Amino acid sequence: MSDTSLPSNPPPRPALPERTISVLGEVADQQLNRAKDWVSEVGGMAALLGQTLLWTLRAVWSRQLKFDRALLYDQMVRVGVDSIGIVVLVQVFIGVILALQLAPTLESYGQLEQIAVVVAIAVVRELGPLITAIVLSGFAGASIAAEVGAMVESEEIKALRAHAINPILYLIVPRFLANVAMIVGLAVIADVVGVCGGFFTSWQVLGISPETYLELTRNSLVIKDFITGLVKAGVFGMLISMIACYQGLMVSGGAVGVGRATTATVVKSIVAIIGMDAVFTAIFYIFGI
Amino acid sequence: MNQQDVIIAVRNLRKTFTNATGEQVPILQSVTFDIYRGETLVIMGGSGCGKSTLLNCLIGEYPVDDGEILYHTQDMSSPADMTRMNETNLNRVRKRLGILFQSGALFNSLTVAENVALPLRQHSDATEEIINIVVTLKLEQVKMLSHRDKLPAQLSGGQKKRAGLARATALDPEVLFYDEPSAGLDPVTSTAIDELMKFLSKKLLVTSVVVTHEMDSAFRIADRMVMLDKGRVLKIGTREDFELLRQADPAKLTTREDRLMNQFLNGFAGGPLTDAEGISQFEQLLIEG
Repeated sequence: MSDTSLPSNPPPRPALPERTISVLGEVADQQLNRAKDWVSEVGGMAALLGQTLLWTLRAVWSRQLKFDRALLYDQMVRVGVDSIGIVVLVQVFIGVILALQLAPTLESYGQLEQIAVVVAIAVVRELGPLITAIVLSGFAGASIAAEVGAMVESEEIKALRAHAINPILYLIVPRFLANVAMIVGLAVIADVVGVCGGFFTSWQVLGISPETYLELTRNSLVIKDFITGLVKAGVFGMLISMIACYQGLMVSGGAVGVGRATTATVVKSIVAIIGMDAVFTAIFYIFGI
Repeated sequence: MNQQDVIIAVRNLRKTFTNATGEQVPILQSVTFDIYRGETLVIMGGSGCGKSTLLNCLIGEYPVDDGEILYHTQDMSSPADMTRMNETNLNRVRKRLGILFQSGALFNSLTVAENVALPLRQHSDATEEIINIVVTLKLEQVKMLSHRDKLPAQLSGGQKKRAGLARATALDPEVLFYDEPSAGLDPVTSTAIDELMKFLSKKLLVTSVVVTHEMDSAFRIADRMVMLDKGRVLKIGTREDFELLRQADPAKLTTREDRLMNQFLNGFAGGPLTDAEGISQFEQLLIEG
């Protein structure tokens, strides 16, 4: 075989340190871009929240602005009333699970009836608002993102602006108010139902007397437990509505974009809710609330 | 027509967009023309020539980089430059404009009648009784009265455009903008929409600005025509001027502009708009990414 038929030599591979630096550079670049996107998204949501609060105040105080209350009531029904069933169902299960999970441990200490205290505190301070918010992020958040996204795609938002109608006032404010108001109401229902779930399980399965359970529940809860839970619920409602509306408004790319926005809303809402819950818990712990 | 008759004066309008690679792409380059009160002006050109961008600038949807859009509306003593207005003043002008979007852009959650009533409810102090009368009148004009309680999803493409037209005329605008009114319609429905546009122009004495690349439709409705190419005004003239260009023998046309317009107006595959393989400049840009 002649020399000319031999394949030419491949270019020499860069030395290991150079390759490592190159790969690290690419990874750093990707992470930097992700961080930039994240900052831009959080900034966008903060700006949307600012605009929404501004238009909410204007809608309340200005008589010249026409705020469509029918739209607000419609959203309240869709977000709140329609999700009562699923919130009740999930919260009953939470009460049952808590009671049955705690029973063996507490029984070994001879403190079985203390289930009432743990269930009451856990549900009212934590699981009532948290689980309600997680359910709503899938139930209402996804639906808002899909609806607003479809409106962007079908030029409805553009049509609103073209008719001199502010999209924030007409679309976002009713969804924001409905979410915040209805999640607080749903959290109250969730608290009651969760405690009831624990109560019936303890009474019917674990043999704790109803009088003892109710007495311990009454004694263990104070008004600040309800208030902290409901404040958290309100903030979760704000987060869900802002994330859903923002994702919806940013939709591009047709049906695929709408699907992407829906998924992103659910995932980001759940992360934001749990993150915010951790922040609240830390604040309440530090200040002894 | 003298200066008194001008309702919109577009002066040296420039608009650029940033593409995916961060490059500035000029879409409108020093566009200058006048729109006269009561006329039907058709803006046409090939895909990517900037006609939709121009329409979006005219309705205040896109901010411009440079130039003026002077509106001589009846309720303003002096012409107002739309490009330098804040949102409040922009909305004041928008109330004098009506827009029919390509898809109709009806609000899917509202019935046809509610769609038409929306601008009236938002921008007038009329009672529900008066609004109902106006809605009936507007729907009667576009022959959609029997569909007043239907949702947009229950309408055909042509019916959606009719309903969109009723909504666009709800506030008795001075200027009506049409974005591709014949797009996606069969020839019979397309002709019916053209007839309706002519009827409304005559009956409401409204100025019409139509963006289209449907030549049959353009020649049916236009008083004057503007031809755009690569973001520049190639020719402004009466329908008769363009008719002569359409009927001319391409071999006898001396300038590249005339040959280009002749090719576009007749829909020929070969000519200055396309290369030897019949690929348009816009398609070439897409191929090149």
